[in-house]
Amino acid sequence: MTTYTSATDADRRAMLDAIGVMSIEELFADIPGALRLDRPLALPSGMAEQEVYEHLKELASRNVSAEDEISFLGAGMYDHYVPSLIDTLLSRSEFLTPYTPYQPEISQGGLQVMFEYQTAISELTGLPVSNASVYEGPSAVGAAGYLAKLTNGKPRVLASRGVHPHSRETLATLARGYGQTVEEVPLKDGATDLDALVAALSDDVSAVVLQQPSFLGTVEDVAALTAAAKKVGAIVICACDPIPLGILEPPGAQGVDIAVGEGQTLGNRLDYGGPSFGFFAAAQEHIRKMPGRIAGETVDVDGKRGYVLTLQTREQHIRREKATSNICTAQALNALAGVVYLGWLGRQGLVELGELLLRRTAYARATLCAIEGVEPLHEQPVVREFAVRIPGVDVDAVVERLAAAGINAGYRLGRTYPEYADGLLVAITERRTRAQIDRLAEALEQALAAERGGAPTEVLA
Amino acid sequence: MTVPAAPTTPASSAIAAADDTLTIYERSQPGRRAFVAPALDVPERPLDELLPARFRRTRPAQLPEVSEPELVRHYHRLSKRNFDLDTGFYPLGSCTMKHNPKLHERVAALPGNARLHPLQDERRAQGALELMWNLQEALGEIAGLPHVSLQPSAGSHGELAGVLLTRAYHEDRGEQRTKVLTPDTAHGTNPATVTMAGYEVVKVGTNADGGVDVEDLRAKADEQVACLMLTNPSTLGLFDPNIAEIAEIVHGVGATLYYDGANLNAIMGITRPGDMGFDIVHFNLHKSFTQPHGGGGPGAGPIAVSERIEPYLPRPQVVRREGAPPASDGEPVVAGYAFVLDEDRPKSIGKLRGFQGNYGVFVRSYAYIRSLGAEGLREVSEVAVLNANYLLALLKRKGVAEYLPVAYDRICMHEFVLSGAPMKRELGIRTLDLAKRLLDFGVHPPTVYFPLLVDEALLIEPTETETKETLDRFAEIVAEILREAAADPEIARNAPYSTPVRRLDEARAAKQPVIRQPL
Amino acid sequence: MADASYPEGLLYHPEHDWAQIDGETATFGITWFAQDSLGEVVFFDPPDVGAQVRQGESYAEVESVKAVSDVIAPLSGEIVEVNAGLADTPEQINDDPYGGGWMVKVKLTDASEREALMDAAAYQAQLG
Repeated sequence: MTTYTSATDADRRAMLDAIGVMSIEELFADIPGALRLDRPLALPSGMAEQEVYEHLKELASRNVSAEDEISFLGAGMYDHYVPSLIDTLLSRSEFLTPYTPYQPEISQGGLQVMFEYQTAISELTGLPVSNASVYEGPSAVGAAGYLAKLTNGKPRVLASRGVHPHSRETLATLARGYGQTVEEVPLKDGATDLDALVAALSDDVSAVVLQQPSFLGTVEDVAALTAAAKKVGAIVICACDPIPLGILEPPGAQGVDIAVGEGQTLGNRLDYGGPSFGFFAAAQEHIRKMPGRIAGETVDVDGKRGYVLTLQTREQHIRREKATSNICTAQALNALAGVVYLGWLGRQGLVELGELLLRRTAYARATLCAIEGVEPLHEQPVVREFAVRIPGVDVDAVVERLAAAGINAGYRLGRTYPEYADGLLVAITERRTRAQIDRLAEALEQALAAERGGAPTEVLA
Repeated sequence: MTVPAAPTTPASSAIAAADDTLTIYERSQPGRRAFVAPALDVPERPLDELLPARFRRTRPAQLPEVSEPELVRHYHRLSKRNFDLDTGFYPLGSCTMKHNPKLHERVAALPGNARLHPLQDERRAQGALELMWNLQEALGEIAGLPHVSLQPSAGSHGELAGVLLTRAYHEDRGEQRTKVLTPDTAHGTNPATVTMAGYEVVKVGTNADGGVDVEDLRAKADEQVACLMLTNPSTLGLFDPNIAEIAEIVHGVGATLYYDGANLNAIMGITRPGDMGFDIVHFNLHKSFTQPHGGGGPGAGPIAVSERIEPYLPRPQVVRREGAPPASDGEPVVAGYAFVLDEDRPKSIGKLRGFQGNYGVFVRSYAYIRSLGAEGLREVSEVAVLNANYLLALLKRKGVAEYLPVAYDRICMHEFVLSGAPMKRELGIRTLDLAKRLLDFGVHPPTVYFPLLVDEALLIEPTETETKETLDRFAEIVAEILREAAADPEIARNAPYSTPVRRLDEARAAKQPVIRQPL
Repeated sequence: MADASYPEGLLYHPEHDWAQIDGETATFGITWFAQDSLGEVVFFDPPDVGAQVRQGESYAEVESVKAVSDVIAPLSGEIVEVNAGLADTPEQINDDPYGGGWMVKVKLTDASEREALMDAAAYQAQLG
């Protein structure tokens, strides 16, 4: 008997008796003998709870997390502070353990959370319609591409090279299935090249995909890019970083049709990439093609206000092969963290946080670029992340030296942008103080000197 | 049992009731706050200098203004308007609502896991990569297939991966197939996935025993068919003994055989989809592997595939390399690291999401597998099937069976389907009414109206973590509700009575959707 | 609509759709049985004027909270008018399936197709 089952020998005898068989083995009689596994699974034996804990702890100890180093690593997920009340609320079993709210009378908590979350995302993005979450950022971009395809059936999608590489790749992977091609719009001076976009646009373009701020940290001219796309009737999809939306003009105010994005920074941990949540908001006309769960307000038989899953005929459990998406389980618990976080920041706090990031990022860019040998990769406005170039040195080696000094200097752009092989993407959160930024600059300067001077790289123990 | 009186609302309870339904926006008061921004420690440059005015937000997002105590109280009170698994029996068929072990939250919260950035250098994430690799190996062993990707984020995401892998496989052989077969008992995600992957859905019939109609399959399997998507046991809770023949027919026309792992809880350590002939299997880590359902996620949907499908797996794959790689790989030679994220996969379908997948879910599932071990996992399936058959035996007794007969009178696997059609005819209450009345008895209803093949369906999955007493009590409750309905069908028809709201107007919510608070 | 009704003078398609022929045009809708099976209709999106419909094929969908149903054309032709009012009051399909719940008016292309349809008595008989 394991910890999690409770069928004693006495229980088993009684149950088998009631069923009318002699052994559990008889219950598997439908499985042909040839298909029966004739040996135990080749897995280690089970362990007691404290042994499992020690094993997991040992594994975790071999990870260098943001707890162990000063991290300027971003590129899609960011080391923001998760307030304690989120841990408390998410550990409530009433939020943690139930299933999707198919019986609304006993799920008003979860459904109201979805309704409040949808309201928050709608406010953030400036678009009237939001769903209750999708998996995460890049797959949300893919889902938006599918919506565009269902709406206009056109064959081409244009995606800016400033869109996160994972989003562009996910879009391409999905599009190959439902039959669209994804073409890239190049960057110019670190921002999406408007002229190149215009040249690529024609009336067989289903959607244009942008990112705000871009992967390189650039604040894009979303309004201008959107206007160009609208001229040929393309649907405009903008992947947004949610926290900067506190100080940036939201996509809904700029004509964007669909705003999606990665929700990790809203109250969710890094967790080596997941789980987090994706948000998905759209203009009113797209409501019936939205993917995912949507909670709606209604009244009950006694006239009391309540919430239900609504517009379910879009979804797979009803519409099946004609559904707007195949999504079933989403990220409800992570979206709860998101809406609590947005309530914790509040109307004022979101703006203050954005302004703090804006100023600290500007300071960080200026400070690093004051180092000899470090140049800005572009001079576009940035709000929380920026890119620099360190020409003529082995950037990998520089980053290694900084890692040995307890600093994660950021994302080496050469990993996904070969044209920026000497590039480094540096992210700022409210946890990165001026002192830490100064420490980064100091250590970077030392590392460059050491590289040029030929000092050996410390071998990581 | 006395019938609860219809709720009356004297003034004082109306106020209390109204307060409970206030949204966080309705509690907002200007000036209140929870977050305090750190003091500005860098030069206070004018915002206009840093961000041109045309990019700046003019109308702030109308987020609520509340303090921490209010936030805690508001969401805490909301939680109390939720039924959950820690509170009561949750026999939701097809969902495997088994106990969520509490150790898992502790290990998922270890900073080495929780604060690890997905793009951290692999040499400094060896614990995470080793965990993922170990999980891959374990899932592969359970499935009987050698290669695993942890990337998909939910079961239906895994299904999409599987069908896209199938497409890549056929296209790589120069074939353009157009159809995917699914049984008419399939979960809705199956046909929805097929359309997203650009194929046409063709339905295969079900025979009188609840299995695939093999002759119908034979007639429909041709070289336009890319794949057959199945689950075994099926959504009827029945093991299809013809699976070997089904596999032969499908492979005979060069198609792939896809296994929807939603029902894996019935067969772990007993049989394996890989041994049944499946090429691609997805797992729902939020079902058999105890990831808490979270009210609708997160989950994870890893896939295991056969050798011939391996080249197409999503990117990156977690791979184990012995010692340091040779310099000719072009990689920097470093000492001692063994697990890498392999991006160099030229035939890969690409990516289905960012980064590597829902790692936090992997931690919990891995802890579960290490806790149970080989024998424990087998016991899970044995007891899951025992509990389901026992509950079925209880519900086949007089007083219940004539109103809620089992749809297929055979030994079931981990779940079974009853039909409420006789109940509707004889007692005048529908499966929906039975479900609503169950709410008053403090249990979550089973899955209703699925699978579509059974009229007034009630799909019941107790799981292995429930005691015999819980099952006994559930059977008694069902019998009680039926007795009650025979005396007065109005009771169930107007149920529930004890919940915060009753019989919500879903038609109104669909006709005039209000999906955000106007602010 | 409370009681089952199947007016005389209409022709019925086995997939629960009716046609009222008036010279060269006909009006289509769904029968009492269809609306009763669906439950309360929440959404009907009419096809475009000018669209072609073919006997036995779906030309639109009607949605209730928990179901979607294809609407089948009893006869072939070209749509000349749609009931736009159903966008605001789809419940007319339930309350008045043969009157205010009419869906489209069609200019017929093949009058002989009516032979394949049933009268009220035959339709009711096959409902069983």
